[in-house]
Amino acid sequence: MDELIEILQDLHPEVNFAEEEHLIDKKILDSFDIVSLVSEIAERFDVVISAEYMIPENFNSAKSLYALVERLEDEE
Amino acid sequence: MSFTSYLFIGFLLILLTAFYLLPKRCQWPLLLVGSYVFYYFAGKYCLLYIIATTIAAYFIGRWMQWNRDREQAYLHENKGVIDKETKKTYKAKMKSRRRAMLTLGLLFCLGILAVVKYTNFTISNINVLLKAFSSEAHLSFLSIAMPLGLSFYTFQTVSYLIDVYRDKHPCEKNIAKLALFVSFFPQLIQGPISRYSDLGESLFSRKAFSLSTVERGLERVLWGYFKKLVIADRMLIAVKTLIGAPQTYTGVYVFLGMLFYALELYADFTGGIDITIGVAEMFGVKVKENFIRPYFSKSIKEYWRRWHITMGTWFTDYIFYPISVSGPFLKLSKWSRNHLGEKIGKRVPVYLATLVVWFATGIWHGASWNFIVWGLLNAVVIMISQELEPLYRKFHTRFPVDEKVPYKVFAVIRTVLLMSSLRMLDCYRDVPLTFKMFGTMFTTGNWGALTDGSLLKLGITLSDYIILGVGTLILFLVSMYGRKGSVRDRIRTKAPAALRYAVFFMLFVIILVFGAYGHGFDMSQFIYNQF
Repeated sequence: MDELIEILQDLHPEVNFAEEEHLIDKKILDSFDIVSLVSEIAERFDVVISAEYMIPENFNSAKSLYALVERLEDEE
Repeated sequence: MSFTSYLFIGFLLILLTAFYLLPKRCQWPLLLVGSYVFYYFAGKYCLLYIIATTIAAYFIGRWMQWNRDREQAYLHENKGVIDKETKKTYKAKMKSRRRAMLTLGLLFCLGILAVVKYTNFTISNINVLLKAFSSEAHLSFLSIAMPLGLSFYTFQTVSYLIDVYRDKHPCEKNIAKLALFVSFFPQLIQGPISRYSDLGESLFSRKAFSLSTVERGLERVLWGYFKKLVIADRMLIAVKTLIGAPQTYTGVYVFLGMLFYALELYADFTGGIDITIGVAEMFGVKVKENFIRPYFSKSIKEYWRRWHITMGTWFTDYIFYPISVSGPFLKLSKWSRNHLGEKIGKRVPVYLATLVVWFATGIWHGASWNFIVWGLLNAVVIMISQELEPLYRKFHTRFPVDEKVPYKVFAVIRTVLLMSSLRMLDCYRDVPLTFKMFGTMFTTGNWGALTDGSLLKLGITLSDYIILGVGTLILFLVSMYGRKGSVRDRIRTKAPAALRYAVFFMLFVIILVFGAYGHGFDMSQFIYNQF
């Protein structure tokens, strides 16, 4: 989780990712951020988030994103 | 059958009456019949295309669902029997079959679009190449008529297929219901590009007659007609004059033409969408909004989140995301990080995907180079603004002006001017000419034309300018009022019924009196019908 927060913080240093739960709804993360995030996650966690998982529910908070990464890691 | 024709108004009245008089179980089938009748007026051949697309999408969707159900049943039956590795292999095998079927569906739907829309464009480019190599040979153009709304319903069908593949929703088992989703007449020829998950339920549910629902829809329709007939079609005359004679109308005229076209396109496209949403609402169907006051955007990225929203999200969900996270792009990401450094390397695949998406957006608008260049320039501007973002952040930390009204106004004007200048490619439809005309804005000092009466020789009179000025002011005020929620809802809750009726009756009278039709005017097609 800390590593994920670190990646997110790199994109938007001004946001408190540990607390924020509406990253997409509040338009904090845009499509550029999401793609950068997915490629960073692929690099560091060795998990590929395919397009079908790129929906607001999975990216609205660091917690939900981490849960997705864990789920995909488990599936692999 | 144009939204602005008497035929359409007659068709709508008959369909609406029948919709609420017939038994409720007949409502959605009636909408399907109505949609096909509506489309029949666009040309008999159009129906063939849409029926072929629907049949293909239906069977491919059904097959993908059957495959998924079989997979689930197998995994359920063998729960605890097969090991994790076997389960993974089995799931991957089934998924690859679904992917093959999806590919077939996409090739079919997009193939029709490609052949009909882009064959002659491809031929003309091949001919240019042949000529460049001094060859005598040339290919003849094919005579293919493009069905109205092809780009819109194809995209809608593609989204349905991909969403079934992604298991976002189950396939539609009733082909007639799928046919209605693909052909729903209010949005058939200029969008919005709806998703099955958003539209399906509201299309097929049974509706009791509600005066307030019909009234609300009608109010929105009237607002759309006001934008189209009073503003867009009046502005069109001046725009046509300015663009039609580029040798004469240089310098300040180009600047005016750019602004006039920005207003015309906004009133035309958003007006058309207002009519679409309003008509759908009269039938109790909720269609997604396609615009959120786009000319109030403070940046290009924000503008594209608020203009033609359903097209933007379509390209993001079905092109930008899939290619950005595809194998080759992830490999490119790795390679570029290793060779170009972390900072630049991680941007390369994202920017490349951006260029691909905007190329596709450009060519979707039309099979010509002006649209491709327009798309690519949008990508370049977005990338530059992305690169400048840290700089803006630093600037705003040091000088916190971004929440101040003058800065907001500046940012809005900057965005409107930037987007309007890119849109000149849409006006002149010729890339070198557009750049030349853009240049004349800075080299031809004919600003006197603004005051010497020349503006009255552009095909519209002083009274037209006054109507346009007042109309634009009304648009602006309504947009400002709409920032805190739906204008119709606010009028409904705050104003007495008599006042509400008076307001909309006045709007009706304004459209009748000031609508741009009659002598000297040509009731024109909506701009986005051609895409």
